[in-house]
Amino acid sequence: MQATIRLQREDFDAAAEAAALTRGRTDIGAVVTFAGICRGAESGEPIAALTLEHYPGMAEAEIARHVKDAQARWPLLGVTVIHRYGRIAPGENIVLVIAASSHRQAAFAAAEFLMDYLKTRAPFWKQVESKTGTAWIEATDDDDAAAARWRKPGGSEAAD
Amino acid sequence: MKLVYFAWVRERVGKAEEDIEPPASVRTVAELIGWLTGRGDEYAHAFEHPKSIRAAIDKTHVKSDTAIAGAREIAFFPPMTGG
Repeated sequence: MQATIRLQREDFDAAAEAAALTRGRTDIGAVVTFAGICRGAESGEPIAALTLEHYPGMAEAEIARHVKDAQARWPLLGVTVIHRYGRIAPGENIVLVIAASSHRQAAFAAAEFLMDYLKTRAPFWKQVESKTGTAWIEATDDDDAAAARWRKPGGSEAAD
Repeated sequence: MKLVYFAWVRERVGKAEEDIEPPASVRTVAELIGWLTGRGDEYAHAFEHPKSIRAAIDKTHVKSDTAIAGAREIAFFPPMTGG
């Protein structure tokens, strides 16, 4: 399976990445593309920007581990994950997950699985910049619950 | 061993990384947090709520009861908020 994982400061082109994943192939029948975009408000307050900090080395390794896990769960034909770091303004891209398979079910499920795990397990932290200063975004129970529903019965996850 | 800090843990400790030599009696991640807390107000502040601290040894998530023997790099950070 073709897997592309990139962490970068620069923006990405979601349509170009999806095209690159399927170019020249006729076995792929379904591509799900998810893009996470910076909102202009956080908890009802307007924001100037987000700054994403990450743990170089571990971030790539964690994403690769979950891509492998997704591959073991669904018959995937290609996966692309791109996560930006640094300062990101409202309206700009933050994260891209593309999952390709022969049929839609696997592509939808794998894209959602990867996003749920990216939010709770990949070492990234968002800081909000607004006119009142800067503040770190707190992890939410909703995100933990979203990731937990993929856990296999009897399976184990280190350091929940 | 090398310690690395991220996000508000880094801000509170006041540095991104440092080399430390904890005594042999410090065997687990939780014990290391306890030992660090005694090193100064900035550490006490960073680690005041141990339940809000996540740890990784050599770039892999670990639980607080994990042994630190043989670790090259231990990271401390808040719950993750990427994606």
